[in-house]
Amino acid sequence: MPEILTAPLTVSFPFTRSLGPVQSAFLTGLRERTVLGVRTRDGRILVPPVEYDPVTAEEIRDLAEVAPTGTVTTWAWNPAPRPGQPLRTPFAWVLVRLDGADTALLHVLDAPGPHAVRTGMRVRIRWAPERTGAITDIGCFEPYDPHEDDGGDGGDGGDGPRTPAPHHGTFDDPVTGIVAPARLDYTYTPGRAQSRHLAALAGRRITGERCPSCSKVHVPPRGACPTCGVAATEQVEVGPRGTVTTFCIVNIKAKGAGIEVPYVYAHIALDGADLALHGRIGGIPYDEVRMGLRVEPVWTADGRHPDHYRPTGEPDAAYDTYKELL
Amino acid sequence: MKPGGAGGARRTAPRDVAIVAFARSDHRGAAEGLSETEMLLPVLHAALEQAGLAPGEADFTCSGSSDYLAGRPFSFTQTLDGVGAWPPVAESHVEADGAWALFEAWVKILTGRADTALVYAHGKPSAGPLRDVLTRQLDPYYVAPLWPDSVSLAALQAQALIDAGHTDEEALAVLARRGGDDAPAGEYVVRPLRAGDCPAVTDGAAAVVLAAADTARRMCARPAWIRGIDHRIEAQALGLRDLTDSPSTRLAAERAGAFRAPVDTAELHAPFTSQEVVLRRALRLDDTVAVNPSGGAHAADPVMATGLIRLGEAAARIHRGASDRALAHATSGPCLQHNLVAVLEGETEGETKGEAR
Ligand SMILES: [Zn+2]
Repeated sequence: MPEILTAPLTVSFPFTRSLGPVQSAFLTGLRERTVLGVRTRDGRILVPPVEYDPVTAEEIRDLAEVAPTGTVTTWAWNPAPRPGQPLRTPFAWVLVRLDGADTALLHVLDAPGPHAVRTGMRVRIRWAPERTGAITDIGCFEPYDPHEDDGGDGGDGGDGPRTPAPHHGTFDDPVTGIVAPARLDYTYTPGRAQSRHLAALAGRRITGERCPSCSKVHVPPRGACPTCGVAATEQVEVGPRGTVTTFCIVNIKAKGAGIEVPYVYAHIALDGADLALHGRIGGIPYDEVRMGLRVEPVWTADGRHPDHYRPTGEPDAAYDTYKELL
Repeated sequence: MKPGGAGGARRTAPRDVAIVAFARSDHRGAAEGLSETEMLLPVLHAALEQAGLAPGEADFTCSGSSDYLAGRPFSFTQTLDGVGAWPPVAESHVEADGAWALFEAWVKILTGRADTALVYAHGKPSAGPLRDVLTRQLDPYYVAPLWPDSVSLAALQAQALIDAGHTDEEALAVLARRGGDDAPAGEYVVRPLRAGDCPAVTDGAAAVVLAAADTARRMCARPAWIRGIDHRIEAQALGLRDLTDSPSTRLAAERAGAFRAPVDTAELHAPFTSQEVVLRRALRLDDTVAVNPSGGAHAADPVMATGLIRLGEAAARIHRGASDRALAHATSGPCLQHNLVAVLEGETEGETKGEAR
């Protein structure tokens, strides 16, 4: 049993998303340190605001400004921040109902420890120093004691109203979209069948696996026969020579590929295999490649797969010998 | 595919459909070195063998899995090698827990498009950072940019339950130990949830076979008849929901007929101990009901197969004669956002086909 192969697999996307009018007003508002909610048909103020009424599904557009202060409705202490989370030091996740809002917003609270957090505590927004029109423009929440507040603004701790005030929702240079980068790091495991195949390739042998039910040899092996739905475990060495069953001429250079066009990409039935694999044909002018051409793999010094296949010089294979493999 | 039943759009009495076979994998943690197909094959074969079906013989095949767990697009297509998909079979896939694949297959049989269906699900959460992977299902504008992981969101729900007086950390620890081990509740992962409150996430797979009426009776001595299934979803924004309750579960249970008669068994898809508290209340389960006799989602959570396993375990209990009427629940999304409830029954002695409904 060869070693089980694994490989790092990173999936990384900058998701680009457009915003509806309510989302745009809300996120642009955050950039301007203004928190907007949306009024539902039954008179509730939703923060964060949505485009459609969650009860009636109708479009809702009436915006209202709420306060940057609020009350924690539930919390959870995270002792070990994970990548991408807003704070690098231990923090509390919080749902905060901002003053004037009827629903709670999910964010984080910067606090010295779980002893300093409780449901019902008063908090206020700490704005991110650089704001772009994103939920992370709220850097985090922080504990807020109105009696210690030195703002002299009547104790509401900020520049927003305590009762929701209608708001036009229009700003200069509104945000119309967000780019949300996402990266996840996986470990890919190709499985036992593929691991055996790749281990053999490292020794420049091409192997397939025979189905115990229909006897077909699949190359590369997939762990199961797709026709019979049973595990295929008998290893069979195939090739190295094979027959071109069909091909195409590639005329457009792939980005970053070092191969000159035109070149031929072909399906190749290796001797002993019941499934054609594909590879590039070299060592022959592109316009001389033909069905039935006999070829063999060409390995390069550090390649884990054949670099390409070249003619063997044998007479072409008769159509009947490979017609089932087309 | 069979024709869509006689009469086209004409309404006919719904057919009786049953779960007749169930198999699941028994991994603990990572399925070392196995591809999804290799992990799935023994499970598929066990379920098909119970039902007396050959690979490719079921009228309909439906699977549930998530590309985000595998980290590869269209990862489920690979597993079709395991079902004998050539020549082509009638097949479908849901990017969700396999319980929702079962729902699709059930509808397919109800509408007369199939008499038998193979339903399977698989997940290899060991391939990636599951807590972070699951953040990608959240609201991409207001929530996902904060990367709130699955344990943190469950912990917010647990604290809300504690604040409401529905549970406390001691009561959760009792639920955490019910799996039989005496393991201490452990350190806080995200307070108030400790290691013991979190599910034993594992790679795994499951398969069930559904069959209609007389076909089901031929395949299984005591079929688990599906009396109803319904699924309901709540608002996306966590702050819009009452996290201490699960109105979607209750509504799905009502629509599935769960409250028409008492159940003796309930298999609940509650990965976190605190979520079992929510579900027990929403489903009005008292001490007369055997809750999660299989160990539940908390004891083994092969993500994307966990919900299907609840349906399979409930059915298997009926097959064995250990239950006459069972409820099975599956969930999806953060903090029990989307919930499916099925009601399964075994026929009691003397009951005939005509009386079964
Ligand atoms: Zn075969």
